Amino acid sequence: MFAVEMRGIVKRFGDLVANDHINFELKQGEVHALLGENGAGKTTLMRILYGLYHADEGSIFVNGQQVSITSPKDAIALGIGMVSQHFTLVPPLTVAENVVLGYNPGIRLNPQQIQRRVAEAAERFGIEVKSDALVRHLSVGERQRVEILKALYRNARVLIMDEPTAVLVPQEVDILFETLLRLQREGLSVVFISHKLNEVMTICDRITVLRNGKNVGTVFKQDVSQSKLAQMMVGRETFGVTRQGERIQGEPVLRIENVSAVDNKGLPALKSVSLEVASGEILGIAGVSGNGQSELTHVLSGTMKPTSGKILVDGQDITGADPATITCAGVGRIPEDRHGGVVGELTVAENMTLETLDEYTQNGMLDRKRMLEYTNTLIEEFQIKARPTDRARTLSGGNMQKLILARTLARQPKVVLAAQPTRGLDVGATEYVRKKLLEQRERGAAVLLISEDLDEIMALSDRIAVIYEGKIVGILDAHEATPEKLGLLMTGAREVVSHA
Amino acid sequence: MDFNFFIGLIAATFRVATPLIYGTLGELFCERAGILNLGIEGTMFIGSFVGFAVADATGSLWLGVLAAVVSGMLGGLIMSLFAVRLGVNQHVSGLGTTLLLTGLSLFLFRVVYGIQRIQPAIKPFQALSPFDDLPVLGPIFQQYALTYIAILLIPLAWWVLYRTNFGLSIRSVGENPEAADAAGINVYRVRTIALMIGGGLMAVGGAFLSIGQLGSFTFGIISGRGWVCIALIIFANWLPSRVLWGALLFGLIEALQLRLQTTGLKLPYEAFLALPYIVTIIALAIAGRNATGPAAVLKPYKRE
Repeated sequence: MFAVEMRGIVKRFGDLVANDHINFELKQGEVHALLGENGAGKTTLMRILYGLYHADEGSIFVNGQQVSITSPKDAIALGIGMVSQHFTLVPPLTVAENVVLGYNPGIRLNPQQIQRRVAEAAERFGIEVKSDALVRHLSVGERQRVEILKALYRNARVLIMDEPTAVLVPQEVDILFETLLRLQREGLSVVFISHKLNEVMTICDRITVLRNGKNVGTVFKQDVSQSKLAQMMVGRETFGVTRQGERIQGEPVLRIENVSAVDNKGLPALKSVSLEVASGEILGIAGVSGNGQSELTHVLSGTMKPTSGKILVDGQDITGADPATITCAGVGRIPEDRHGGVVGELTVAENMTLETLDEYTQNGMLDRKRMLEYTNTLIEEFQIKARPTDRARTLSGGNMQKLILARTLARQPKVVLAAQPTRGLDVGATEYVRKKLLEQRERGAAVLLISEDLDEIMALSDRIAVIYEGKIVGILDAHEATPEKLGLLMTGAREVVSHA
Repeated sequence: MDFNFFIGLIAATFRVATPLIYGTLGELFCERAGILNLGIEGTMFIGSFVGFAVADATGSLWLGVLAAVVSGMLGGLIMSLFAVRLGVNQHVSGLGTTLLLTGLSLFLFRVVYGIQRIQPAIKPFQALSPFDDLPVLGPIFQQYALTYIAILLIPLAWWVLYRTNFGLSIRSVGENPEAADAAGINVYRVRTIALMIGGGLMAVGGAFLSIGQLGSFTFGIISGRGWVCIALIIFANWLPSRVLWGALLFGLIEALQLRLQTTGLKLPYEAFLALPYIVTIIALAIAGRNATGPAAVLKPYKRE
């Protein structure tokens, strides 16, 4: 008898078949990975199990009984809990309030009582959280523990974890794995959604691979290798994109000197940041989300003014200049949020020429013909699957990012500012973006890569700077950087002064 | 200006503030659940009409208040049909609700009373005077029962929002409906109930004007008080306790301007009428700068 059995699950979103007759079986007390690329249908399948989506076809059995799950309430009643990738917590409420939310008997809500109960539960399950803290003051790792506690507090016997490590630093991942393995020994069954092969091989007993909404196979860990799994995932051999060759010692092009800035609440977000990026190198900025990366991007893009310090591009002072001036000075930007980098209602051609409209203006009129020609050239060069007249919002994430890359890189900028350039992209598009960034490095551009994906930072960067609470806490040469060293810096555990 | 002037002013402040307290508390429940209810002006209007008509027909002022509550709850239900169930833009559904309820009230007023030369009137509520023997300060306590209830409702609203499980549900659907949903809370139901509670409170605010103070129903009876409540909720930073201070501040300026009009100051009377609104704008500009409302306000919730 299986803890959970899903048979012939079909889920369609319009024309897209997200789940195509998927069978999935979860044994009692196992950690079972759901492996697949973005968009393979892993999350959709589990959202169906948790009652957030309704399957178009198929049936679900829990402990051998056929069940109908129409809302999370049903799933909770059946002992199923889910920790989503985007946490479902209410930040202004306390930990205790979040944990008991919708699951507290009676009418009254007694703060002391629920705090005590939640603290007791936390101790029983060995999860370290403060029950009276406000969730908005917690770190990402702590928030995740609250989510796990929330599920266990509701007597979950099956725990679904959706990409739980995506937001954690290596040390937090270790704590998470310890917790999961201990809970597994106590009889909990875990579904572990991931696209990271090494994690899956570390923690899981069995692995189900999804590709394009179909179940490609379920295997025992001991029967497969990582490369075999990768092949199942993408249906072909993969080639990782990594930096080749040593750094050519170029001249510093981008110089950031003692830059400080405050965030939109007026709190210090950048504290005297100094960095130099030379021509022909990629400087990676590693850090846990929310440690000043956004503000650094904004300050360098001209969308936020620094409170002090200087920013120089090839000797030209661009401190506090507006975005147009900064673009003219030779800075190409790949913004953090690609939906904010394009105007969805405008066409591909209009977006492509948005930063340089003056060049396509004659007597106050736009030269549409030349805009289309230019766009067609770039569409071909950057392999964008779109027509110049398509509205930008209709493009997939990968193609939208290619549009931004094309717009920015076609102008051969001296400095490339890439913020989270592959976030949310599938493997194919990610490889493409990384390849393009390496091309820029070869060309001699100074590339500043801000990313929360450590693998990406380590694969591409010549030097790695770690940002923590708005300060650069260390700069390492690529060959001396390890995930452990970076992880320690990212959590502020220590500062390293390197010779790099 | 003597001492009695100030006593009268304070007494009047509470009187003027009463409908605002009801309206703002009503709006508080809606916005804490994530719905900006611009139907407030219309809801106060229909409460004012229904309260008057039922009190007139039955001869019982309290039945009028009860009927007003029911009409306000139905107004909240209409709002929830559009803003919650159908996920219509909250500005559109709110203004639509106001237009609908205002028009409906005027129409029903004509149907019931026809066109009369003399405005239909009833004998309104009498003020209570529990401390009549109290020297000097006694008149301050000469207030309507509905005013006392309004003030008692403020700690009650706090208790419901912060010390009951239902209040926790309201706050969570107003901040992060996805989280509430994932925790097994029926977001639609909580929002609908919050809108109905809110509507009921707003309607009492309207009824206070027709059957408490005036004893009649006129077309200009609400005259923008609902919109003032929308501003006061920001001034109150969405906290029940501060609702009182916002309403009292507005009430004080309003009561003051009425008295200033009679002092013979050489200013057009419109300047006095505008005074409370000007002060509201200034107070908002100062207190509202760092105000952050519930995060999910204006965002219709839909799974998928």
